[in-house]
Amino acid sequence: MRELEYPFDSEYILKKAKSIKKALLADGSNRMPKKIAVLGGSTTHDIIKVLELFLLHYGIEPSFYESEYAQYWQDAMFDNEELLAFAPDIIYIHTSNRNIVEYPVAADSAADVEDLLDKSYEHFRVMWDKLRETYHCPVIQNNFEYPYYRLLGNKEASDIHGRISFLNRLNEKFYGYARENANFYINDIQYLSACYGLDRWGDPFYWHMYKYALCLPAIPDLSFNVANIIKSIYGKNKKALVLDLDNTLWGGIVGDDGVENLEIGQETSMGQVFSEFQTYIKQQKDIGIMLNVSSKNEEENALAGLQHPDGTLKPEDFVIIKANWEPKSKNVADIATELNIMQDALVFVDDNPAEREIIRTGLNGVAVPEIGSPEQYIRVLDRSGYFEVTNLSEDDKNRSDMYKANLERKKQQESFGDYKEYLKSLEMQGTIKPFEPMYMARIAQLTNKSNQFNLTTKRYTQAEIEQAAADDSVITLYGKLEDKFGDNGVVSVVIGHKEENALHMDLWLMSCRVLKRDMEFAMMDTLVAACKAAGITEIKGYYYPTAKNKMVEKFYELQGFALESADEQGNTVWRYPIPENYENKNQVIMVNA
Amino acid sequence: MTREALYERLNAVFQDVFDDEDITVNDATTSADIEDWDSLEHINLVSAVEKEFGVKFTMGQVVTMKNVGEMVDIILAAIG
Repeated sequence: MRELEYPFDSEYILKKAKSIKKALLADGSNRMPKKIAVLGGSTTHDIIKVLELFLLHYGIEPSFYESEYAQYWQDAMFDNEELLAFAPDIIYIHTSNRNIVEYPVAADSAADVEDLLDKSYEHFRVMWDKLRETYHCPVIQNNFEYPYYRLLGNKEASDIHGRISFLNRLNEKFYGYARENANFYINDIQYLSACYGLDRWGDPFYWHMYKYALCLPAIPDLSFNVANIIKSIYGKNKKALVLDLDNTLWGGIVGDDGVENLEIGQETSMGQVFSEFQTYIKQQKDIGIMLNVSSKNEEENALAGLQHPDGTLKPEDFVIIKANWEPKSKNVADIATELNIMQDALVFVDDNPAEREIIRTGLNGVAVPEIGSPEQYIRVLDRSGYFEVTNLSEDDKNRSDMYKANLERKKQQESFGDYKEYLKSLEMQGTIKPFEPMYMARIAQLTNKSNQFNLTTKRYTQAEIEQAAADDSVITLYGKLEDKFGDNGVVSVVIGHKEENALHMDLWLMSCRVLKRDMEFAMMDTLVAACKAAGITEIKGYYYPTAKNKMVEKFYELQGFALESADEQGNTVWRYPIPENYENKNQVIMVNA
Repeated sequence: MTREALYERLNAVFQDVFDDEDITVNDATTSADIEDWDSLEHINLVSAVEKEFGVKFTMGQVVTMKNVGEMVDIILAAIG
């Protein structure tokens, strides 16, 4: 919904919250249900109300547990049957500097201040540890915003007795916990309040009137920020940018003005603006965002523009460059198909409002930010939260290279007559093993991102993945695939639990980037071997249809399973008695060599 | 602005906040007259009214307002 995209009108959202919610619920979209516990140190009513809107917009249907006023710590630390029964998927702790019980006073020694700092930190740390043990779910925790006044003036920042110094040091301890503990995320209200304006954010009117730790009109900014973290945890980030060239990545029109007259580089103010934007986009690539171009240009001119000596972005930074005179809606749709990702994983960036409108109305789910004028491009893209980072895996950093290698493979495939010969020519090496600590983040990410090649579409948090790996009655396998063009990373995940001598498949998924490489057969071979070693004689497979996983409807049949039952929703159950002399199905991937 | 014209805009704000197009308010209306008007919605209402008329109530005003009429008096005094 347009009204919920950055930059949004906060007053409008607050005023119209009820009718916006109705409209979202009536749009017929299929949403992922999630249970969110909000533990507040101040009033949270409107924060939850607006958070619900942003989550609905992101395809998540939340239900909420809301702590009684300011009971965040008690709710977490003491037996809480209501919260236990609620069984949260996510816990959000909304605390603020209003929850600091004790600050240093002028008479304190350095050691006193140190003690107080530890004491303040421990208050939170024991709570986080307790929540982790009890609920095994991701925790989102506010850091501390600055107070709206400074007793010591500028000295507040450097003097150990200053509140600003104290809060900064306490925040740093929070960040240390976040670095050491997976599934713990900081909601950076220090940054948010700075962007918003601290005088307005911290307006004491709202604290004394309603016990809100921030001003009411800032609530949509806060809720949006929390929603971005949540949707990122559940794999709903965007994956790729589709960028226009003329007046988007440089000033001027390369076909008319010529490469030498483009505004890019340090010579002019506008040139500097575009240089900074190119640098920002290049950094996106480094964190795993795939860059693509859709430009109405002769290809030759487009490439010449990207070769500009003062440009930061070069043609090789992009996965796909579409420079032609076709409608952009076609080019953007083709880019999604060629990358093998859903259209709703794309962000379209174009200075031309008419092109934006065509994509917005013509293509389902592509994000189309109102990017404003060139000096605003970075802020709008950045604050929109499309690529909110919650886990930065090695795969993320190498993603562009992997997709480019995929396109190379495709070219090679076209030169082979026999598909099996082609597969052999790839010299594939697989690693298929029980879950290992270094891959837990990636495995959890895959369970939340994979929609198409996914038999049960069961989502797991990293904590649940770790639990499955530690459980003796569960067989887990991850599959990693390399070939001569590059490393695809972890691409397949299989989880099954034992009941007597049968293994029931809870999850079987594979990334579409390795479709038709026989990886699914290599996984089956290893799974059968693992079953045999565990004395299991039968595998039970389950297929639950969704809007996106039709491609694996017959997956178990293909693997040699027999249909046991089917219901009217299309859910099917399959069984596979493991034969004495199982013959490996995969003949093209070297596994665990 | 006349009191009547102000009420016309004020009614629209009430209708938006409580998502009910049938609401009309007058000098004597209080929170007891509108089902969803609890202390939490009151916050949004005050904020939406401030935005609509470009005024900012002080804490003292917000805590002493007895009915819609008093709110209208304050707005009229502020914007003339």
